[in-house]
Amino acid sequence: MPKRLKTPLSEKDVRDLKLGETIYLDGVILTGRDEVHIHALEYLEKGKKVPVDFKGTALFHCGPIMRKKGEQWEVVAAGPTTSSRMNSLEPQFIEKFRPGAIIGKGGMSQPTVDAMKKFGCIYLAITGGAAVLAAKGIKSVSGVEWYELGMPEAIWIMNADNFGPLTVAIDAHGNSLYAAVNAKVKENEVKAREKLGLK
Amino acid sequence: MLAEADIQNATVELLRKAVVKLPKDVEDAIRKAYASETDEVPKMQLKAIVDNIDLAIKGNTPMCQDTGVTIFYVTLPRECKVNVEKGIVEGVRRATKEVPLRPNAVHPLTRKNPGDNVGERHPFINWKLHDQDYIEITVMTKGAGSENMSQLAMLTPSAGLKGIKEFALNTLLRAGSNPCPPTIIGMGIGGSSDIAMKLAKEALLRPIDVRHKDPEIAKLETELFDAINMLGIGPMGLGGKTTMLGLNIEYAFCHTASLPVAINVQCWAGRRATVRIYPDGKTKYPTHER
Repeated sequence: MPKRLKTPLSEKDVRDLKLGETIYLDGVILTGRDEVHIHALEYLEKGKKVPVDFKGTALFHCGPIMRKKGEQWEVVAAGPTTSSRMNSLEPQFIEKFRPGAIIGKGGMSQPTVDAMKKFGCIYLAITGGAAVLAAKGIKSVSGVEWYELGMPEAIWIMNADNFGPLTVAIDAHGNSLYAAVNAKVKENEVKAREKLGLK
Repeated sequence: MLAEADIQNATVELLRKAVVKLPKDVEDAIRKAYASETDEVPKMQLKAIVDNIDLAIKGNTPMCQDTGVTIFYVTLPRECKVNVEKGIVEGVRRATKEVPLRPNAVHPLTRKNPGDNVGERHPFINWKLHDQDYIEITVMTKGAGSENMSQLAMLTPSAGLKGIKEFALNTLLRAGSNPCPPTIIGMGIGGSSDIAMKLAKEALLRPIDVRHKDPEIAKLETELFDAINMLGIGPMGLGGKTTMLGLNIEYAFCHTASLPVAINVQCWAGRRATVRIYPDGKTKYPTHER
């Protein structure tokens, strides 16, 4: 049985997870992508209060499609966005806001892998484009902050129920599935070049 | 007589079909890839994709939250009296609410989002004429994760075929896990810088199971497809056999002193849809009839 964890995640929860393991999440998940990273760090610099607490939570690189039914928001589609766009700000974000997990797709670069090891955070890969499947794991939406940034860029406060499957693709010990794949790709590149008649 | 409202209604329906259901050639390639993967990680990624395809159709819901930017290709009869442009623009506005589509279009500098996917030169429409009596509208809903990996190279003629292959290989290595592989690649060779980019995108409109009619181009398509699939980037870049679902090339004659090559990267969700609107108002959706 895959592990099921509830947010906020403790440091032990996070450090116990193994690379390649499949897990499911319950509890609060907060969306945040380019603009949330920029704004949250700006707020901190200016001494302004960020409207949500990221500590131990799962930060989801996601710009969902949402629909308002009466007063209540509901998720239509909520797959991950490309995490590498946040590479330059994520190490600082992890240090300052201390999320327990980052959910996204495509992986993140070495400085983020290092920050995850240092501060106790993991990267959970969810299948890109599988947005209806992902939305099935969101039970309800309790609110939205920074909506003025636009629907894709706002902070959506989502309540997860068996959200996943999620693959531990970067663990809290400095290991990354993407780095392992990249090493293999480098080997395979030699064969691909040969096939194309390139040096 | 056709009215603007007919164009508007057809555009809403076209966009709904495009974001909910994949064309048959793309769906077939994904199911084939799922059957061929043996390792657990890539198999799980493709299972999620296959399950998601079914769920989207069942719920009449967009398969991906990134419903992209809407790029239109319109072919008009020579004597067209309807304001097709206005019909499409209003159709996009309505579809954003009714399907719904994610409001993706923003001002490039201020990043201000009007919320309706309509703005300066957006939606972008490419125009052509034909001698038929129907209006044909094709839409590609292009997500940013893959589009951001697209590239142009202005090669020298001496770089030749090897230069083209080198550029293709390097572009896909650089894209890696980012564009939601398994990807579909559109290449434009020749023309000029802008024409090559345009051809690269138009190449994505051809079904991926149809090779180019020019045997030299068809050979290059197959060769690059096979070689790039040897890389092992795999579904979502987590390793596996399937890095690419298809690779199409279009070309144009170019200046004797240049060799422009463009690559447009498309995620696994190769969403495109076509509608034909006849003079009596009847519609047909050739990409979505099955």
